[in-house]
Amino acid sequence: MSVKTSPPPRARPQAAREHPSGDPRFNLIDRTLKRFSYQQDALIEVLHTAQETFGFLSDDLLIYVARQLKLPLSWVYGVATFYHFFTLKPQGKHTCIVCMGTACYVKRAAEIVAALQQAFHVEPGGTTADGLLSLSTARCLGSCGLAPVLVLDGEVLGRETPESTLERVRQLLLTERSEAAPSANGDAVHVTNGGIHEPI
Amino acid sequence: MNRSDLEALAQRELQRQQAFRCRILCCASTPCLSSGATAVYDAINAAIKEGELDAEVQAVSTGCMGPCSRGPMVTVQVKDEGEFIYEHVSPEVGRQLVTYHARSAASPAEELPEPLRTRLLPSDMPFFAKQKKVVLSNSGLIDPERLEDYVARGGYAALAHALREMTPEEVCREIINSGLRGRGGAGYPTGLKWDMVRKARGDKKYVIANGDEGDPGAYMDRTLMESDPHRVLEGMAIAGYAVGADQGYIYVRGEYPIAAKRLERAIRTAERRGLLGSRILDSNFNFRIDVRIGAGAFVCGEETALMASIMGRRGQPTPRPPYPAQSGLWGKPTLINNVETFGNIAPIIQNGAEWFASIGTAKSKGTKIFALAGKVATTGLIEVPMGITLREIVYDIGGGIPNDLAFKAAQTGGPSGGCIPAQYLDTPVDYESLKALGSIMGSGGLIIMDEHSCMVDVAKFFMEFCMDESCGKCVPCRVGTVQMHRLLERITDGSATLQDLETLKELCVMVKETSLCGLGQSAPNPVLSTIQYFLDEYEAHIRERRCPAGVCTLEKTPVTEWVHA
Amino acid sequence: MSVVTLTINDELVSAQEGQTLLSVLQERGIEVPTLCHLDGLSERGGCRLCMVEMEGTGRLQAACVTQVQEGMVVHTHSERLVKYRRMILELLFSERNHVCAVCVMNGHCELQWEAAQIGMDHVRYEYLNPDLPMDASHERFVIDHNRCILCTRCVRVCDEIEGAHVWDVMGRGVNSRVIADLNQPWGTSQSCTSCGKCVQVCPTGALFSKGATVAEMEKQHNFLRWILDGREKKIWSYENGK
Repeated sequence: MSVKTSPPPRARPQAAREHPSGDPRFNLIDRTLKRFSYQQDALIEVLHTAQETFGFLSDDLLIYVARQLKLPLSWVYGVATFYHFFTLKPQGKHTCIVCMGTACYVKRAAEIVAALQQAFHVEPGGTTADGLLSLSTARCLGSCGLAPVLVLDGEVLGRETPESTLERVRQLLLTERSEAAPSANGDAVHVTNGGIHEPI
Repeated sequence: MNRSDLEALAQRELQRQQAFRCRILCCASTPCLSSGATAVYDAINAAIKEGELDAEVQAVSTGCMGPCSRGPMVTVQVKDEGEFIYEHVSPEVGRQLVTYHARSAASPAEELPEPLRTRLLPSDMPFFAKQKKVVLSNSGLIDPERLEDYVARGGYAALAHALREMTPEEVCREIINSGLRGRGGAGYPTGLKWDMVRKARGDKKYVIANGDEGDPGAYMDRTLMESDPHRVLEGMAIAGYAVGADQGYIYVRGEYPIAAKRLERAIRTAERRGLLGSRILDSNFNFRIDVRIGAGAFVCGEETALMASIMGRRGQPTPRPPYPAQSGLWGKPTLINNVETFGNIAPIIQNGAEWFASIGTAKSKGTKIFALAGKVATTGLIEVPMGITLREIVYDIGGGIPNDLAFKAAQTGGPSGGCIPAQYLDTPVDYESLKALGSIMGSGGLIIMDEHSCMVDVAKFFMEFCMDESCGKCVPCRVGTVQMHRLLERITDGSATLQDLETLKELCVMVKETSLCGLGQSAPNPVLSTIQYFLDEYEAHIRERRCPAGVCTLEKTPVTEWVHA
Repeated sequence: MSVVTLTINDELVSAQEGQTLLSVLQERGIEVPTLCHLDGLSERGGCRLCMVEMEGTGRLQAACVTQVQEGMVVHTHSERLVKYRRMILELLFSERNHVCAVCVMNGHCELQWEAAQIGMDHVRYEYLNPDLPMDASHERFVIDHNRCILCTRCVRVCDEIEGAHVWDVMGRGVNSRVIADLNQPWGTSQSCTSCGKCVQVCPTGALFSKGATVAEMEKQHNFLRWILDGREKKIWSYENGK
């Protein structure tokens, strides 16, 4: 073994890699990059971190990841769009994921989705125009004993019916609106109407 | 840590547990958590504190106990009195459990005070009596986050035994002799696979545990990883020793954050104790395990696609051969087994191949975990010996079909499997029998359907799933699944003709035979098996434009009728 | 290299060990349809047209990714195989918009040629008619996603020969699409060298030169062999290459 001389101390070794935007959240991505010593194979792990940190994968973020891992842009974009977990669009403030696994399907989860779709004017995989609610479906959350299951803002709820789900979501959005803008009554009324309209 | 340290640790933990008069085990796996198990656990802990019962009563948060639809589940172990299993426990009931069991001596079940009496499950309940727990033997009894709990129940003894007393060749031989077959669905003999990787030449080898449980309706692997993570790690370490690998990966589905967290924690604990990492149990064997989290793609359950995903690429399968045993991760020989398969390893090494081979049927040995769901009274996770009949599972363990409806079909193997009709209820559940019926064992999803389920609609559901999950690499799967789905849609909306049914059948066979990977090759199975057993339903949709189960709304008309009208 | 003997369509054939079955078939002049395979690029095994029957295994194998083995018994044109090939071509035609009459590659298209060879005169499946864009932002070339069959020859040639990796595939299943860089207009791609290799290897009218009109586009594949041979023999200039 040859004796290594330690390199001269640098002022701020981190500074060189800091993202030009100065957004401190990029440091979290850098941490993951470093954990996997900038291996190209860590792309999915890095994208996981990026999505957790930023909520969605913007073009800017994908370019950053591609540059850091020295991967072609189209490669990174291809991987990000292959997996369901990654989303390239900003998500709504609240998310509602309805399980459409076999057990939930047999217990009519599709009716819950249809009810939500009708009440809040949002397609599965989409976000309401006001950016408050994202609706999506999942392929089995593994809580089949409680079918039909949905996840509302990270909380797993079992044995739901279209009525109970509509009620929950409506409550959630109501508090949201009254907190955000107490004066904007018209808006809140609109949502209530949209929700109450004869849930099947 | 060496072998005697391990035994000492087990002894210490056992003594600690025996000091309590009463242990209250609260299920903390996903289904019970979503029924409010956290509040129950907190209430029980609070009651222990209030009653100053810390020395007598211990509350433990454990893994799955089985009957998930009855959660939150709580088991109370009372010294010299036995076990009491309670269903639907609320925080209030939890508090009463503490005060009752800590103080009162056992009384017959019918004399228990309300509300405990109605919530107590009878000790001879067929749900438990007909099961045989091998892989799940610790599940629901230990705290998955404590290594000591696992060690106290004989954990890591198999690894210690293998490292000290056995050569890698002997380990492989033992697994071959046990007759264990892959629990991921295809049923390839596990020992032969191990031996192939052991013999493969290479300076570096890998072991992968496939925890990408994508079948809708299946959650066996998740429960195992959540309830007993160390068992999976021990199985992988033994495999690593047997094939000569020093690096392992567990690929966990992205939908299972709790499982991933518990595995990460288990790996760190085991490494700290010298049960993983370098120089395991003071031997010369080194083995590291890393967790890799999937990102939502069913096709990644296919082994070549899974490896592509671990290497950070699009999860597209590659043609085999070369098989992973010769050229897998980064071109190195790779052993890839299902999580449940690894769960079987430690018991086999500990109790011997003969013991394991004595369970099950001639060609299918051991037990199988099923996720029982759908239209049965008790849904949940069950472990049964191979060769048990479907009737026993549905009517004894599952408690029959609710609302006095008739059993119509059992769906096994998810989107790759098929439907088994009522006339085959007495078929033994093993790899060969299910295959002969046009279904597969699969990873263990078992969904029961009653007469209100339309089989064409079910076939359409699975085809939609395969269509969404097709990776798009090969033409038969990419376009074939879409066309099959269109044809099924036409049948369920009333616009199909008998010619469409013929086209559908022909397309199914073609996609099955020409697709690149297992996803495409098995995607037509649900359609083919429902056509085989429920052709009358298809014909009722087409000829009479009527859905016998009353699920589909047939509001369209075939174009030919317009032409001839 | 040792020699292996195998039986193809009841005829004894000898081949080099390590050769793919497809190359043996081509040497013997046995025509098996291919679309994703291109001599000089890595194999993909995606189009499934070169499937052959292998006695003993009961399974069909794609000839392009199967290595010859001693004692193999292969059938290349059984009734079943011809039927399946036709069905696969029908699926391809139903997937996107392949209207030959208005295509720049009419008369020179590999997809069209294979369909004509096999006698595919109509499509029994529903046309999916997806609404796909056409990108003419590049100064010399155009990509028309309606004609793309996702063979990924362009992706492979760009990665393996040109080394630019402009192209890749996004999405999955029937929603897959070939993309340049971050799914941006081709003309704005900064990694594209405008070499045109992707255009030349494309089997259909999905990639073509600007200005070509119906049936005018013809493609040259032999440049690939020429580049690869040159690399192997270390001939770097055109004169010496001749």
